[in-house]
Amino acid sequence: MANPSPVKSEKSEDRRWRLVNRTMRMHGGRPDALIETLHVIQESFGYLDLDALKYVAQSLRLPLSRVYGVATFYHFFSLKPPGEHTCVVCTGTACYIAGSSAILKQVREDLGISENQTTPDNKVSLLTARCMGSCGLAPAVVFDGEVKGKMTPASVMAQLGRWRHDDD
Amino acid sequence: MMTIEELQDIGRLEKEKQEGFRHRIHVCVAAGCLSCQSGLVKDALEKEVSRRGLESWCQVKGVGCLGLCSAGPLVSIEPDGVLYKGVEVSDASDILESLGGSPISRLECSLEQPFFRKREKIVLENCGKIDPESVEDYISENGYEALYTALRLMTPNEVVDQVVRSGLRGRGGAGFPTGLKWTTVAKAGGSIKFVVCNADEGDPGAFMDRSVLESDPHRVLEGMAIAAVAVGASYGFIYLRAEYPLAVKRIRTAIARAERLGVIGHNIFNTTFSFDVKVRLGAGAFVCGEETALLASIEGRRGSPRPRPPYPAEHGLWGYPTLINNVETFANIAPIIRKGGDWFASIGVGKSKGTKVFALAGHVKNTGLIEVPMGTSLRVIIYEIGGGIQGDRRFKAVQSGGPSGGCLPERFLDMSMDYESLAQAGSIMGSGGLIIMDESSCMVDVARFFVEFCMTESCGKCAPCRIGTAQIYNTLKKITEGEGKPSDLELLDELCDLVKNTSLCGLGQTAPNPVLSTMKYFLNEYKAHTDDHTCPSCACRMNNHAEEQK
Repeated sequence: MANPSPVKSEKSEDRRWRLVNRTMRMHGGRPDALIETLHVIQESFGYLDLDALKYVAQSLRLPLSRVYGVATFYHFFSLKPPGEHTCVVCTGTACYIAGSSAILKQVREDLGISENQTTPDNKVSLLTARCMGSCGLAPAVVFDGEVKGKMTPASVMAQLGRWRHDDD
Repeated sequence: MMTIEELQDIGRLEKEKQEGFRHRIHVCVAAGCLSCQSGLVKDALEKEVSRRGLESWCQVKGVGCLGLCSAGPLVSIEPDGVLYKGVEVSDASDILESLGGSPISRLECSLEQPFFRKREKIVLENCGKIDPESVEDYISENGYEALYTALRLMTPNEVVDQVVRSGLRGRGGAGFPTGLKWTTVAKAGGSIKFVVCNADEGDPGAFMDRSVLESDPHRVLEGMAIAAVAVGASYGFIYLRAEYPLAVKRIRTAIARAERLGVIGHNIFNTTFSFDVKVRLGAGAFVCGEETALLASIEGRRGSPRPRPPYPAEHGLWGYPTLINNVETFANIAPIIRKGGDWFASIGVGKSKGTKVFALAGHVKNTGLIEVPMGTSLRVIIYEIGGGIQGDRRFKAVQSGGPSGGCLPERFLDMSMDYESLAQAGSIMGSGGLIIMDESSCMVDVARFFVEFCMTESCGKCAPCRIGTAQIYNTLKKITEGEGKPSDLELLDELCDLVKNTSLCGLGQTAPNPVLSTMKYFLNEYKAHTDDHTCPSCACRMNNHAEEQK
């Protein structure tokens, strides 16, 4: 990139942004680096904010509309910051017929939020996934990245209870 | 730089090293068992071995999927041929104690049961046997020998010819003849070509590709490299779901180790041939399993499909000829080159050659991964290998092919599982997910589930899919809530016909399949919902419309 943007110099201070810049450089700053770059940002910061999207658009010389379009097209990317903990309920076929909707209903009622929302105290985000390939252990729920199989509404609530009483 | 002698030396040394151990404890470290803490079991076993000072006598090794996911964590003892199920950290001491003696009966899982006996392994032959993170271990099982043969002892045409003769068909869903695809890309002009591995296993209920990548990643790499030799490509991409972090890690490790050995990368086996492979992560879009959408995603764009022709074989990544095959297809290549296309063609039935890996899930006793010859009947798969229905309830339907497939009733139990028979019955082979359902599942609700999936996954580019799936969903939702009318069934027929015949890509064209097949075989269930406002399986929450009307 011939003209380093002002944002870039500011962002090269942070180790996480250096990682993002490195990803773009490794792909020669080409447009096809976009999705890989967004993955790195989400992994480092937990979500994609508008500032980050603008920065990537500028660095890869893409219209912001295209970057925003890609970021919103793929379900894996989130434009909202996640809560302290995430609970992902699998709603794939095997988990569905093994009762994942009952789990989801219970979690929704108990936390008072629906999918893709975070509790007001910012403790727990509730998400759903379309199959994580743990069908042999259906129904599966992912707690902070760790897949647990053969779950029941009660066992999920027990885990959520532990999270919510962390600070009490 | 690597010669065949060096390759064989690596394999021989590794074999000797392993055979030097009196006992080898294999702990399954694929995602299924890892989620029941098999990692901790492995640590405990290692600790126990060193506590007893048995390091030179007993090896503890993490291996890929042992198949029977529902009984995890699984541990196998070689060469004794003992399998333990449901192993816990506290069992480590007992396991070491029992080595050389009789197996622990409370943990033993019989290898004589049909789940293990009825399998025929080609794709999964190394799964549960080798350490997926060790390239040496893969080489000790004849790994990369087929690549050497293809590169040094055969011409590209001969390689393509073997694949044509094998009769191998795409394992990703549609079953397109692999040899034909390879021939087209090989004939395409130009010096830049790509080989792409479709590992975007988006079908809910399918986990074959994940297991292969987690258990035997080098097998897929070798298959891709052989394909590159055959079609003359120098660049490869593996398009892998971000939802499979372990598979991502294992394949990245595999690429790095293979590059270091010189079996992937520049000047493979001292030739001028180079093959550079990169991983690209998907980001949770089911439509990206469609090949043109997948290519758009690799190029960093939204995963919107485009009309074909031109096919990717002629006009693919950045406009260059591109060969796209599924993980399982590539995993079949090395054995075909090693043993010959005719050997492969001798397995299977009719136009469906070889074996198929199925992911068994749902209301079946033994859930997990199986590999059987094409043509095996559903009855054998469900009742012998699968051990029957949980709680000995009644079988109702089997769903194959994910959201693009169909639900087949009891009378198809003796049907041979091959591409043609499945298509004739109104379903598809798909990627190999088999969901078994018992009488507690409502077929209308299952159809609604799949249509909801396709509706949310529709990329929105073409109207029939974007709007049509939403209309089908709304109608089914109404029916499952007890608000349906008899005329809704005609409406469904009409909508399905429209979406099927006018959608742009495979997602929309096949989205009505679950509805059509359930309406064909379980019409009485639909009628019970629309006429009597009752759900025979008691799965739907009806709004008690019937009583109100009375």
